[in-house]
Amino acid sequence: MAGFNKVVSSYSEAMTGLEDGMTIIAGGFGLCGIPEGLISEIKRLQTKGLTVVSNNCGVDGFGLGILLEDKQIKKMVSSYVGENALFEQQLLAGELEVELTPQGTLAEKMRAGGAGIPAFYTATGVGTLVAEGKEIKQFNGRDYLLEPSIVGDFAIIKAWKADRYGNCVYRHTAMNFNPMAATAGKITVVEAEEIVEPGELAPSEIHTPGIYVNRVIKGEFEKRIERVVTQEQN
Amino acid sequence: MALTREQIAQRVARELEDGFYVNLGIGIPTLVANFVPEGIEVMLQSENGLLGMGPYPTKDQVDADMINAGKETVTAATGAAIFSSAESFAMIRGGHVDLTVLGAFEVDQHGNIASWMIPKKLVKGMGGAMDLVAGAKNIICVMTHANKHGESKLLSHCSLPLTGVNCINKIVTDLAVLEVRDGAFHLLERAPGISVDEIVSKTQGKLLVPEEVPEMQFN
Repeated sequence: MAGFNKVVSSYSEAMTGLEDGMTIIAGGFGLCGIPEGLISEIKRLQTKGLTVVSNNCGVDGFGLGILLEDKQIKKMVSSYVGENALFEQQLLAGELEVELTPQGTLAEKMRAGGAGIPAFYTATGVGTLVAEGKEIKQFNGRDYLLEPSIVGDFAIIKAWKADRYGNCVYRHTAMNFNPMAATAGKITVVEAEEIVEPGELAPSEIHTPGIYVNRVIKGEFEKRIERVVTQEQN
Repeated sequence: MALTREQIAQRVARELEDGFYVNLGIGIPTLVANFVPEGIEVMLQSENGLLGMGPYPTKDQVDADMINAGKETVTAATGAAIFSSAESFAMIRGGHVDLTVLGAFEVDQHGNIASWMIPKKLVKGMGGAMDLVAGAKNIICVMTHANKHGESKLLSHCSLPLTGVNCINKIVTDLAVLEVRDGAFHLLERAPGISVDEIVSKTQGKLLVPEEVPEMQFN
C-alpha cells in the first residue's frame, strides 16, 4: 500500500487490526448502502465485545444482524433497532446493550467526531429520556443539551465508486450515513461496487475525499431490499 | 362518523401550501402525499437523505439504492436532491422544513408529544422523530382521538415518555381538528356527524370549544 494506492485485494487485509472490544462505525440505513463484505469479514474474524455505531442493526441473517449470531456485538448505538428477532432476544436476555440515539444526533455525532469537535449542543431530546444525565444550556432563551461526538476504531463504508486515492461517490440514498461515518474512523475501510481509474471521478463531484479513507476494496453486493413497494401493488 | 385513515390524510393535506417542504412520517402521514391539492407544489423530504420524494416505483424501476425513511422503495421526483444523513438533519434541525406530519400515542395540552416508547414493551427506538419535533416550524400530529378502550389520547399531561416538549401546534384526529396553544386544546372542526359532546367526552386535557364548530367537508 505505497503512496496513494489504498486498494487492498482481500477482505482480511481490509480489516487487519480489528480487535476484540473495538468500536466500529458503520454506514447504511436499514439494508441500504451497507458494506456487506466487510460485515461478513467481521463475522469470519469472530471478533467479540464490539461496540457498533450504526443507524440500524440489519435484519435476521443479513447486514449487521449476522454479527448477532455469534454474539459478537456487546453494544449497539442506533436510532432504530428491532427489525430482527435475534436482536430482541439478546436485548431481553441482557446479552446486548443498546444506546438509542436520535437519528440526527447520531449523524451529527459522527460528523463532529470526524471533524475534531468533541461535543455539540442540540435541541433534540430536551425534556426526554435522551437528556438524562446530560448538561443543559440555554441559548437565546431555548434549552439545548450537550451531546458528545463519536470516533470509531474502524469505520466501514459502502461506496458506489472509489479510486485508489480513496475518493468515493455514493449512489442515490445508499449515501445516508456513509459520508459522516467515513470521517469518523481511526481506520476507514471502503467497500466499493466499482474501483475506477484515478481521474474518472470528477473532482467537484466527489462525496468523500480520499484523505478520510485508509483502505479500499472492491466488493460484491447482494443489495437486499427490506421493503419492496411498487405502484402495481398500490 | 369518525374519519377514515384516508379522510384524516385528506384533511391534513389541506394544510399544505404552495412551495412547502414537508416531512411525512410513517403510517397515515405517508398517505397525505396522495391528497396534495391541485395547483400547489410541495417537496417531500425523507430523512434518510432525499428531498423531492416521488411515487413508488413501477416493478421495473425498483432500485435497492433508492428508498425512503420507511425503508420502502421509492423514486426521486423531478428537482429532487439526495444527500447525507447529516445534511438531511441539518435541514430538519435547522428549521428549514416547513411542515412535519407525524403520528403519536399521546399529545398533551402543553404541546408535548409521546410517540416512541411504551414502558414494558419492546423499545425499537425514536428514529428521527425527536429531531423532527425539535426542529420543525410547524408540526401536525395525526392520531385517533381515543384508544380502543375509549380512553383519551389528548391529555393534560402525557403519561408516556416524551418525544419532544412544547412542540405540537395542530392535531388532526378521527373526530376533530384542534389547535394547541396557551396550555389548552382549541377545537377548530369536527368530523361529519360527530357531536361536540362526543369530542368533549373523549378529550381528557383542557379543551376550549367556540360557539360554532364547523363540520369538515369531504367530497
